[in-house]
Amino acid sequence: MTTFEEKQPAVSVEKLKWMYEMMAKSRYFEDQMVEVYTEGKAPVFNIGAGPVPGEMHLSTGQEPAAVGICVHLTKDDTVTAPHRPHHHAIAKGVDLKKMTAEMFGKETGLGKGKGGHMHLFDPAVKFSCGGIVAAGIPHALGAAMAAKMQGKDWVAVAFIGEGAANAGAFHESLNLAAVWNLPLILVIEDNSYGISVAKKAATAVETNDLRAAAYGIAGAHVKGNDPIAMYKVSEEAVSRARNGQGPTIIEIETYRFLGHFQGDPELYRDKAEVPGLREQDPILKLRNSLVEAKGATEKELLKIEKRVKQEVDEAYQFARDSNYPAPEAALDDVFSS
Amino acid sequence: METAKKRILTGNKAMAEAIALEMERDPKVFVLGEDIGNYGGIFGSTQGLIEKFGKERVLDTPISETAFIGAAIGAAAEGMRPVVELMFVDFFGVCMDQIYNHMAKIQYMSGGNVKLPMVLMTAVGGGYNDAAQHSQTLYATFGHMPGLKVVAPSNPYDLKGMMTSAIQDDNPVVFMFHKSLQGLGWMEQLDVSAAHVPEESYTVPLNKAKVVREGKDVTIVGIQMTVHQAMVAAERLAADGIDAEVIDLRSIAPIDKETIIDSVKKTHRLFIVDEDYKSYGMTAEIAAIAAEEAFYDLEAPIRRLANPDVPIPYSRPLEQFVLPNADKIYEQVKDLMNE
Repeated sequence: MTTFEEKQPAVSVEKLKWMYEMMAKSRYFEDQMVEVYTEGKAPVFNIGAGPVPGEMHLSTGQEPAAVGICVHLTKDDTVTAPHRPHHHAIAKGVDLKKMTAEMFGKETGLGKGKGGHMHLFDPAVKFSCGGIVAAGIPHALGAAMAAKMQGKDWVAVAFIGEGAANAGAFHESLNLAAVWNLPLILVIEDNSYGISVAKKAATAVETNDLRAAAYGIAGAHVKGNDPIAMYKVSEEAVSRARNGQGPTIIEIETYRFLGHFQGDPELYRDKAEVPGLREQDPILKLRNSLVEAKGATEKELLKIEKRVKQEVDEAYQFARDSNYPAPEAALDDVFSS
Repeated sequence: METAKKRILTGNKAMAEAIALEMERDPKVFVLGEDIGNYGGIFGSTQGLIEKFGKERVLDTPISETAFIGAAIGAAAEGMRPVVELMFVDFFGVCMDQIYNHMAKIQYMSGGNVKLPMVLMTAVGGGYNDAAQHSQTLYATFGHMPGLKVVAPSNPYDLKGMMTSAIQDDNPVVFMFHKSLQGLGWMEQLDVSAAHVPEESYTVPLNKAKVVREGKDVTIVGIQMTVHQAMVAAERLAADGIDAEVIDLRSIAPIDKETIIDSVKKTHRLFIVDEDYKSYGMTAEIAAIAAEEAFYDLEAPIRRLANPDVPIPYSRPLEQFVLPNADKIYEQVKDLMNE
């Protein structure tokens, strides 16, 4: 019997380079955000101060989860994401300028400044996210339902954290997706913590993909925050969904380099943990393997990095240069006319 | 001379007919919920739809309100036009996140870039001894949240016309139908639960109250069952020489302030009757509107009758004590006229 790995064609270099670029873009975007977020918040931290106020949940370290599956999607496929959405948004092709402007609360933002970083909606690429844990799963379920009812081969991907696997919406949605055989893929990013509570203190199953058995659907697990393994598992899941063979749960072991939110004192984890995780940086690993396997030259990678930097810098500049909405615009958009 | 016999429909059939006509007109309209297929809806709101449109467009769901109401939201965001049923409004607790945080807010948080053309229909009301978890109306609970249009029609004509409007509206609409006004064979048969309903499609606006009885001495505002109770009370008041104007509110949100204020300016007295809890409820909201906008037109304090602040009890004498009825309205309006 051939194993899963053996029967898969090798990942094309072009796809690997795309994944590298999206991961690099997400990382550079968030590295900038770490700095921008502190503006106006020193010497005394005040969450409501500065050009980007409010909570800020960064995904630094978790990029493989997003790119490994989004590489298989088109703009007709739907993605719903949780409160930590930047890597998903970038991998799905959300307009970066409008996304950044939204985080700055500007009128040019995706939601004209009404949503902020947890509530990004870009219908042009069918992306949405929200601030309630597990609540995006039913929305992806509905998108999958709409695709099936319209006879399209579109799929819907819901990203959640491992903490959301213990919420009621998880169970209800997977049961329904299974019984209606819908093209839904649930990607669980296991970053080990639901804010501060360790995964092992929150659930008794070893990995959440095992729960697939409870719904009679497929499940897969990706170890070591590996974008290539994520690519392969996702390829099969997306193909299954497109071909009417039902939903899949994928859990990927990933790493959260930063706190739950910026300003998190992180008293719940050992000081040595993050430096250890950073040594396993998935972006550096993919970069090194691209170079070692001669998939990309140093020059090509530098060109990608330059392009990413330029695009992100332009997005931040656009956000800074944009105007705040008129205060009374708060009264608009409750209803569409 | 030949007179055409007018077609009479019960409330539930009027609703189901509106949904059927919209499903015929627009392939994006579909229905989902618990027992809405072969059963036809526990309160008959989807009667006959599965026979006409099949199980691909009339979907029985598992008991998973969060999943299927959330799925309706997700499908609406994709341009579909779902009509989703929450069997009893009292069950809102298991899915309120989807209603309050998503259905109501996505349009706003997206700056109007995402539209949610969906209808959440749900059965409300008590009076048949179903106790505290199956008898509420919760009008104000839903009316309180910005971003939801909330309607509560009181008769078969409006049930059809407002359902048509709700499905055609690009905004999320909470469509509350009163169990006692569905004309169901297994409940007390009320004359007002069956009436003439035109066969063709028509719309009734989602933001307009209706003066159902004109009068000059006192304005009585009611919602669903309390409109009919107010009409009975008004006839008795008329026999006593009191000419009451009765308003059927119809729309909880947005509320039609103009119709209420115009009436108060005419009658100078306001009585509000509601089958929801009294505190922080519809009666308080309407009283506040009148106090803000027609205070100097009032000749007496505003009076209101609503469920006292207790859960709805089971036993018949207890429940009848709690709910409004025509006798209570009659007595209390008489008192108001003596102020």
